[in-house]
Amino acid sequence: MGYEQQFPLQQVVDHNGELVLEGYESKISQDLVLTFYRHLIRVRAFDRKAKNLQRQGRIGTYALFEGQEAAQVGSALALQKDDWMYPTYRDHAASITFGHSLPTILSYWNGRFEGGVPPKGKRIVPPSVPIATQLPLATGTAMAEKYKGTSNAVICYFGDGATSEGDFHEGMNFASVVKAPVVFFNQNNSYAISVPIWKQMNSPTIAQKAVAYNIPGVRIDGNDIFIVYFETMKALERARNGEGPTLIEAVTWRYGAHTTADDPTKYRDQEESEKRREYDPITRLERFMKNYGHWNEEWVQKVQEEVEQEINQAVIDMEAMPKPDVNDMFDYIFAQPTWTIQEQKDAYLKHLRGEA
Amino acid sequence: MQSLTLIQAITDGMRTMMRDHEDILVLGEDVGKNGGVFRATDGLQEEFSEFRVMDTPLSEAGIIGTSIGMAMNGLRPIAEIQFMGFIYPAYEQIMTHAARMRYRTKGALTVPLVIRTPYGAGVRAPEIHSDSTEALFTHMPGIKVVCPSTPYDAKGLLIAAIEDPDPVLFMESLKLYRSVRGEVPKGKYTIEIGKGIKRKNGDDVTLIGWGAMMPVIEKAAEEAEKSGISCDVIDLRTLYPIDKEIIAESVQKTGRCVIVHEAHATGGLGNDIVSIINDTSFLYMKSPIQRVTGADVHVPFFALEDHYLPTPARVMKAIEDVMYF
Repeated sequence: MGYEQQFPLQQVVDHNGELVLEGYESKISQDLVLTFYRHLIRVRAFDRKAKNLQRQGRIGTYALFEGQEAAQVGSALALQKDDWMYPTYRDHAASITFGHSLPTILSYWNGRFEGGVPPKGKRIVPPSVPIATQLPLATGTAMAEKYKGTSNAVICYFGDGATSEGDFHEGMNFASVVKAPVVFFNQNNSYAISVPIWKQMNSPTIAQKAVAYNIPGVRIDGNDIFIVYFETMKALERARNGEGPTLIEAVTWRYGAHTTADDPTKYRDQEESEKRREYDPITRLERFMKNYGHWNEEWVQKVQEEVEQEINQAVIDMEAMPKPDVNDMFDYIFAQPTWTIQEQKDAYLKHLRGEA
Repeated sequence: MQSLTLIQAITDGMRTMMRDHEDILVLGEDVGKNGGVFRATDGLQEEFSEFRVMDTPLSEAGIIGTSIGMAMNGLRPIAEIQFMGFIYPAYEQIMTHAARMRYRTKGALTVPLVIRTPYGAGVRAPEIHSDSTEALFTHMPGIKVVCPSTPYDAKGLLIAAIEDPDPVLFMESLKLYRSVRGEVPKGKYTIEIGKGIKRKNGDDVTLIGWGAMMPVIEKAAEEAEKSGISCDVIDLRTLYPIDKEIIAESVQKTGRCVIVHEAHATGGLGNDIVSIINDTSFLYMKSPIQRVTGADVHVPFFALEDHYLPTPARVMKAIEDVMYF
């Protein structure tokens, strides 16, 4: 049996919005459906707003996630409040859903130190930029939870390209050996900037890489928020129960560019992205809601307005932030600055004041 | 007081702290049952637990990466990298995360991590077991670098490193591990990171070094004394941040300076010391500063390592150069 058969792409709801997996109907409350919907449209509206802000020169380079909302929102909603999140630079839909503030996320993309600060009481690590380096960290954080005897778990995001890095292996191997309570959540969007997955790896799936570590590997439709939510929940449960890590491969698609500084038409036919809209995570949820009696035009309208208002306010808040404080450049290297940093800071501030 | 070798002092430092603090743990390759390839962690797993003295996979980036993740989550790991020549896979983890987490979160997440690693040549080790690449780390913002040369300093600095709220690279001279012995107090004491120490007082020339170069420097100083040249000998002990005052005070007295390190010359720490002298004491200097260092070559196979390492004779030659300029 080939690996694609051994790790079939699992769905709860197909792209027509039909329930296709038995046993889930009773698990899907209206409250859950509406929560999914509100979060999905919220992060999509945020992403589009951020793209526009970049185009207008109001923030810096921005990494877009449109198309990947279900993977990020569904997995983030499966977390409990004291769990840890290790996002990458494309996972702010996950961190927003888990409780990061919108102005803070915008400020990150506007080059502000404030953007890296986790929200109070939330264990959200700033986005990992060098690929796959966060896997060993997430493992260590999970080991510490285990040592402290809590039932908290860690979710660690990464993309398909990350699986080619040494740190992917080191993090996965380490976590499997020590049974760290961590969920490795892969979003396979088929492209690492311009490099397609068939140039990235010889294996037909990412989930099968779990075999090497003798841990569960799950391959799911990342545009089906239901399977994402329920499978992440299961993996988190295993982690909390001392059963160690799980590798989840959520197959998805980024419609747009790698970042606002990238032009995808150079390396792929963007018509493919348009075709993929048929499998869009939000369209799918809307179809499901209509098919199963959860659709209420008035409520949807209301939520859309609320979301829009919230995002506009976030932009206002981000732009109303006080000017960046030059002290921030010097003050957080060590708990106490070394004499070199103190001298450099004093000299520079003197220069700024125009003193000789 | 107890008479300990340098490596015994390191073990004693870890044990002393681990007994009082359950958040301190040791991890690395072979550190558990085997007690480390140099036996630095001998007996610790028996005394504590398999988690607190953890045999890890053979995985330098994994060891440092998981240590960072633990440190961010309230523990104080002491990670052992078996040889400094093997630290490079972890360089990214140290540079990207350990040294940067406080900075990128405005202090919300911090990494109180100690990385212990044996360094240096001179024991006929296989290739790539003898590197001394402290400058790769002193150049890196956000990590302190420490390198003791005596058992007393080793224990005191190690405890200070464990208590430091930021990452510390703790370099242990494998040549000195068992070749130096000294009095070491029982229980806890610390030596301030960032402070050098005067090993010998003299008036004519300042000799500066650290770690395994200290016995070489002290031997050269003895030779110089025979020729009537008196040496002010400084053991830097901390390589970042460097003790500027002790250097300035000394060279302003002697007006001459020889810096010794076994690392390569270009980009080596000696150049930073020259800069400090330039900034603080330029007009006091009577002759150009001399550096006695490894060449800009890798540490050779051991059949040639004696030609690589600074020797008392080379240091003596430099002393003569600064004296008779």
